Amino acid sequence: MQEIVDATIENIAVTQRANLEVFSGTLQHLAQADRDIIVVTSDSRGSGKLVPFGQKFPEQIIEVGIAEQNLVGVAAGLASTGKKVFAVSPACFLTARALEQIKNDVAYSDNPVKLIGISAGVSYGALGSTHHSLHDFAVLRTINNLIVVAPADNFETEQAILLAAETDMPVYIRFGKKQMPLLSDDEKTFEFGKGRIVREGADITIVGTGETVAPALRAAEKLEREHNISAAVVSMHTIKPLDYDLLQNIATSGQPIITVEEHSVYGGLGEACASFLIQHNFHNRFKIMGIPDEYTVTGSQTEIFNHYGISEGGIAAAALGLVG
Amino acid sequence: MLRVMSEKELAQKSVEYRKKILKYIYQAKAGHTGGSLSCIDILNVLYNHTMNVGPDSFESRDRDRYIQSKGHTVEALYVVLASRGFFPESDLETLCKYQSHYIGHPTRKVHGVEQNTGALGHGLSLSVGTAIAGKLDKRDYRVFTVLGDGELPEGSNWEAALSASHYKLDNLCAILDKNTLQISGPTSAVCNTDPVDEKFEAFGWAVRHVDGHNIGELVAAFEALPFEKDKPSLIIAHTVKGKGVSYMENQLKWHHGVPDKQQYADAIQELDELEETLA
Repeated sequence: MQEIVDATIENIAVTQRANLEVFSGTLQHLAQADRDIIVVTSDSRGSGKLVPFGQKFPEQIIEVGIAEQNLVGVAAGLASTGKKVFAVSPACFLTARALEQIKNDVAYSDNPVKLIGISAGVSYGALGSTHHSLHDFAVLRTINNLIVVAPADNFETEQAILLAAETDMPVYIRFGKKQMPLLSDDEKTFEFGKGRIVREGADITIVGTGETVAPALRAAEKLEREHNISAAVVSMHTIKPLDYDLLQNIATSGQPIITVEEHSVYGGLGEACASFLIQHNFHNRFKIMGIPDEYTVTGSQTEIFNHYGISEGGIAAAALGLVG
Repeated sequence: MLRVMSEKELAQKSVEYRKKILKYIYQAKAGHTGGSLSCIDILNVLYNHTMNVGPDSFESRDRDRYIQSKGHTVEALYVVLASRGFFPESDLETLCKYQSHYIGHPTRKVHGVEQNTGALGHGLSLSVGTAIAGKLDKRDYRVFTVLGDGELPEGSNWEAALSASHYKLDNLCAILDKNTLQISGPTSAVCNTDPVDEKFEAFGWAVRHVDGHNIGELVAAFEALPFEKDKPSLIIAHTVKGKGVSYMENQLKWHHGVPDKQQYADAIQELDELEETLA
């Protein structure tokens, strides 16, 4: 296992790739060493970058066709026999069409399937709301016995996949398909339920998750550069269980807090943080950034991000509104 | 190891199970009476004749698996598992009681239960995944699932049926408990799924019909598995909802009706009389 981790991390240091590609590469490393690694797809091996996986490990990939309910049920049946199963499908279909299978066959039945939501959030951009998953954190947070993860960069994605393969709990991991910058030189620690501080700061903390951490980091740099404001940035890659210790530390400092997510402003990271803070008598200035409750504007992922302020300028402006 | 019962012993066992189903539903004042009585002969033959599984082999990766898709008739499963020694029958005194593990649908908290079911249309996909794993690992276990005819309109069943034939799962056997009634009326009136044999055959399955209360026919069908090499098998078991209690048979109200004291006594008396004829 150690050998696999090192080899892949070295690759990451050279080029930054889409988290999706890191996922498929990591899975190949895992499958090479462990024949119990099984991928189940719903006509999603192309969009999941799993064509090479299928060629190298034809006996470790199960195709069910475009049938997400069956995808998750079959994955649960496989997992019940001891297989380490990754069920891979676009996040929008996986977590809506097959929600009952996730709830019953995976989480409630304690079949430790790894649910991989590809092209998550608004990755599909102008394909529209049918292809967006802005609900998945909200619905999956309410399901017992499920870890919910949105890795930000290549390092977190690789670590999340490696950890998921070893954990005996069901896990949902979602990511996009855009190339992601490496967020931090600290590549030593990653565990589910522990947020990563990717930038220290004294005046405000921006808590992002998944692909919103990159613009949060750029916003923090802009705040420093142009306004002499010192902003910390946290990658809260695990939506559930949420890192309450870290949140408490941030809140105790008295700093304003902004949360940023590629998700509805309802029911996701922001409201999870707000719920914790208000129930523990923290009254920090607080703002939730995400996709508002409206018909989502048409555009690419970046255009949608910019439209709703999930951008260097948008997040910096929101921070200026809270500081001072 | 399972001692395979004779057909006579199995027939006697079915009467005993029917009495126990009624006893625990009567005590709990809850349960799916009619459907438990329609599928009990199938479960009896599976657990006392066909399947290679018992309390001591339940952790074995080579055990035969049973997944109950029509989870609501869990009382039938509970009495069979208790009788096979998976747990003390006295546990069923807690059926549906506060903090009991013995809830109204199968749960893995009960020893012997393979999967948590209850929402309909889930058992077949779970069975397909389990059967695929058997093929991948070259293990010779078989996977059995009982489907209700009322749950067949769930689209997930048909997704799973496609995968079962696509992967040539001749280690998979689904048994359709075709009692022809569901909660709001005759299945043919609610959403007709007939001719169900032709539908499954068109989906690549090998299909047989049996009288789902005829022990000999059930035994013969299970012994003939797989019906065709490289094809999943479907046994269409023609059953009677409420079978064995004359006033319950084919009566919709007994879908989840609970007998009162007199009704319970009448039912037990009828089954006692039947038992005597089998002695």
